[in-house]
Amino acid sequence: MKPLTTEQIRAVIAKGKFRDNLFKAVGVFCLAFALLVIVALIADMLIKGSERFTLDFFLNFASRRATQAGILSAWVGSLLVMLVTALAAVPLGVAAGLYLEEYAKRNWITNIIEINITNLAAVPSIVYGLLALGIFVYQFGFGQSILSAGLTLALLILPIIIVATREAIRAIPAMIREGSMAVGATRWQTCRYHIVPYAMPGILTGVIIGLARAIGETAPIITIGALTFIAFLPPVPFSEIDGGATAGMFDWVMSPFTVMPIQIFNWTSRPDPAFEVNAAAAGFVLMAMVLSMNAVAIYLRYKMRKNIKW
Amino acid sequence: MQIHDTPALKAEARNLNFYYSEKQALKGINMPIYDKKVTALIGPSGCGKSTYLRSFNRMHDLYPGNRYEGEIRFFPDNTNLLSPDVDPIEVRMRIGMVFQKPNPFPKTIFENVAYGLRVRGENNKRTLDDKVEHALKGAAIWDEVKDRLQDMAPNLSGGQQQRLCIARALATDPELLLFDEPTSALDPIATGAIEELVHELKKRVTILIVTHNMQQAARVSDYTAYMYLGEMIEFGKTDQIFIKPNDKRTEDYITGRMG
Repeated sequence: MKPLTTEQIRAVIAKGKFRDNLFKAVGVFCLAFALLVIVALIADMLIKGSERFTLDFFLNFASRRATQAGILSAWVGSLLVMLVTALAAVPLGVAAGLYLEEYAKRNWITNIIEINITNLAAVPSIVYGLLALGIFVYQFGFGQSILSAGLTLALLILPIIIVATREAIRAIPAMIREGSMAVGATRWQTCRYHIVPYAMPGILTGVIIGLARAIGETAPIITIGALTFIAFLPPVPFSEIDGGATAGMFDWVMSPFTVMPIQIFNWTSRPDPAFEVNAAAAGFVLMAMVLSMNAVAIYLRYKMRKNIKW
Repeated sequence: MQIHDTPALKAEARNLNFYYSEKQALKGINMPIYDKKVTALIGPSGCGKSTYLRSFNRMHDLYPGNRYEGEIRFFPDNTNLLSPDVDPIEVRMRIGMVFQKPNPFPKTIFENVAYGLRVRGENNKRTLDDKVEHALKGAAIWDEVKDRLQDMAPNLSGGQQQRLCIARALATDPELLLFDEPTSALDPIATGAIEELVHELKKRVTILIVTHNMQQAARVSDYTAYMYLGEMIEFGKTDQIFIKPNDKRTEDYITGRMG
């Protein structure tokens, strides 16, 4: 083969560069499309719902009149359900991930467990709802309560947290683990002083992604029977309730509730178009809740990662 | 080698075999480790010197499928370090290790050194302060870090990190200190500092050091063992090994004809 002339080399480079630019253009287009969709969605809800963004909207219970209806019980319900979900799913998920990465022997049982976890992540959320209806609501007698909803969503996001935990742990170099074991630490000491703290940024990201998924879930919550019209809040711990009694520390977990997505769903299915405005406004608030959770996750991860390097 | 000034034994490998699952990595190793001396392990890559070193503190127990045969006797109590009845954690509490690449924890300088003590349940501030200072002095890094003990350890230079890792190992007063090519990731000046330190440390502790650098073995060690393909080819005083090796294979390696 004869060596290429300068012109030929330039022609080859020009061809290559053309393809570079072509791909760049396609990439920018795809990105812009994705971005545009979300911006359009948010803007649409914001404009449609703009007349409802008053303090009353956040402080009013549901009502038959659209202009007086608010999301108080919904956002309080969502926050409380998330609290239960996090309290149940985070310790379970982190412990399970830690066990699988640091303690479990590699054998067929662990393999089955691993395949199972992957499959769990793919189970449709309504199926979790059915399971929870049978187990939490009836079998355990938790009823249609915040507790039932929180535990259901905890099951739903457990695989996400387990996988995130395992990945964060796997990113820790073996030499850190060996360095700890070499001074005579036990597995538990190594986990407590090193593995868990160093994996924390990754775990946290997984937790928030999971919670962001859970806060928007509707199907399993409807299945277990959350109310769509609710005009009271769960009892505040140690506050006075009807009949002069005092609410217990955890009475609120057994309270009926509603959550944001259900409130939105309820409003969109009303014949009166005025409720569409409420739905759009509530949708925007839900979106804001999810985005601010993500923002907190990013900030915390950035802060924690600053001090972890090897 | 029956010499009248043979020092006391600190450890002795007896017919040691080691397997990574099916693959045999160490073959019938017999070798003494003398008390308060520096013993160097040399040999080409893959000869099993690191595998051998990591048998002493049972590092292989961390991974599944590894198997030992034979014994490593540890003195004065004549424990078999490899016995299934001996807890690897107890072994690691008595035998310290410094790794090939400096591996400080992403914590403060102080916490890195104090870690071994904390693991042993020591939480008294005074005791920790004293022992951390003593260990850092022992590792010849005290003067460089004494004013910034609360700084993050990974911000130190590579050579300082490695001396910090030595301090971490020293803090718990090990009887035997294992060095796995401790200078392979360091520049010549940092390497010199570590070698000097090894020389200083042998007054207090027995040292076993793996190195792929023959000059280093000649400079720092009292005894040298040449390993090849998982076997111990020759063991002797460093002078003898380097000046007048008995085995042809040792000579080939040392003179650079092989490896």
